[in-house]
Amino acid sequence: MTVQDYQAEPAYNFAYLDEQTKRMIRRAILKGLAVPGYQVPFASREMPMPYGWGTGGVQVSAAVLTPDDRFKVIDQGADDTTNAVSIRSFFERTAGVETTTKTALASVIQTRHRIPEAALTEDQILVYQVPIPEPLRFLEPRESETRKMHSLEEYGLMHVKLYEDISRHGHIATSYAYPVRVEGRYVMDPSPIPKFDNPKLDDCPAIQLFGAGREQRIYALPPYTKSVSLDFEDHPFDPSKAAHPCGLCGAEDSYLDEVILDDKGGRLFVCSDTDYCEERQAQGHRGKDAA
Amino acid sequence: MSDHPLLSVTGVTKRYGAHIGCADVSFDLYPGEVLGIVGESGSGKSTLLNCLAGHLAPDAGQVVFDTRGHGPRDTITMSEPERRMLGRTDWAFVHQHARDGLRMGVSAGGNVGERLMAVGARHYGDIRGKAADWLDRVEIDTDRIDDRPSTFSGGMQQRLQIARNLVTGPRLVFMDEPTGGLDVSVQARILDLLRGLVRDMGLSAIIVTHDLAVVRLLADRLMVMKSGHVVESGLTDQVLDDPQHGYTQLLVSSVLQV
Repeated sequence: MTVQDYQAEPAYNFAYLDEQTKRMIRRAILKGLAVPGYQVPFASREMPMPYGWGTGGVQVSAAVLTPDDRFKVIDQGADDTTNAVSIRSFFERTAGVETTTKTALASVIQTRHRIPEAALTEDQILVYQVPIPEPLRFLEPRESETRKMHSLEEYGLMHVKLYEDISRHGHIATSYAYPVRVEGRYVMDPSPIPKFDNPKLDDCPAIQLFGAGREQRIYALPPYTKSVSLDFEDHPFDPSKAAHPCGLCGAEDSYLDEVILDDKGGRLFVCSDTDYCEERQAQGHRGKDAA
Repeated sequence: MSDHPLLSVTGVTKRYGAHIGCADVSFDLYPGEVLGIVGESGSGKSTLLNCLAGHLAPDAGQVVFDTRGHGPRDTITMSEPERRMLGRTDWAFVHQHARDGLRMGVSAGGNVGERLMAVGARHYGDIRGKAADWLDRVEIDTDRIDDRPSTFSGGMQQRLQIARNLVTGPRLVFMDEPTGGLDVSVQARILDLLRGLVRDMGLSAIIVTHDLAVVRLLADRLMVMKSGHVVESGLTDQVLDDPQHGYTQLLVSSVLQV
């Protein structure tokens, strides 16, 4: 079905949201791109899914999708989990866009909690679902105060959190939603991606958009933006992962999920990025647990 | 003492609608000097202190502070980032309730280190070393560096708050009833500590209190406030031993004798 076909039905608009709403969201996105890392307020709409299921990401995707796009959704790296499947079918129905599970073929990728392993390109947009956009939230509960801290660049408190980590655990134990400093200015919460993915945020050729529906915030990283993970001089940032190769494809360089197999201590480490893993297996790579 | 005042206050006035918070307060504070402000509840002491410390914007008046980099500057007209920077470096504010001045969910070491990190310290070992040093100086066992202040007694919390404020080596400390709500033996210990620190570090301080014993011990000079106005000021001993104004006489005679 093309856009013209749908326009025959008066109640229908491409990609669920009406055009004025999309304009409003696009304005917020453009502002976010102009001021990298700054949280732009926007009038988040009620979406046909509960908060926490990616309402922010869905609205951003709806605003940037065009009929020619090829759409991919990942949830914790996987294309086949409930969240990913339902959002993908949502846009198949409401936008009629082509969908794919291949990272390299997609032009818009909506993601929850991961950045794909395959390198992104300038032709792609990565849309993050963000539960809590404010990196200072649990340190300073007053929103009026955190906004002031952002505007005055008072980020000492962020290091207090890292200090507490080291004093309690001996190392920086924050392993996801690891704060980054964008272009030496705003401190940003990169959504709950593992800190393993943080280096991929930096200098990325793709546009990265972050949408928080319940919190009504959009922020963005334009292509090739510098983003540095916060750390201490004597406790540098460490993008750690499980010290195993993937059990199915044998990859040493990808982020792994741990799967418990039985109650006798059996476990399997597999790539969390299912597309990456399948592609490697298709190329003939095999891990030790592959059937 | 230096010839230039560290803080020069002229005509500070703050109104709450028709009510007067404090009216037309002027004084000079010289480096190393401790000024006490006493008065009954509602006399405008805390309003004045908050105006001086930049927490409240006064309706009129000037508060000129002798900054390290740029000489005397009016802190009321300076930009907010500059004023907040002063609040993290050259100024310190000790609240009456330690809970207001501490982060209760952060360890003692983190509390002390926060000001260091806020001014750019990024070396964990150094920050921790300094925090331990300061805990030691305010007589908190350094073993408790990783404990949260919620596990501390009231007196320890107040001492921790003092350490957290003094770690960046401020030159002017604002104190709002620093010993209020503590029992007398703990009060005595805190006063002793404060007196030592003020002397060792050459601090200037403005102490707001209704406890005349506190100012007797700590303050060089005294201002007595009533209904938003300063009714009497002078050397502490002079004001307390030979009060001139009727209200001061009442205040001095109201102290319970044991």
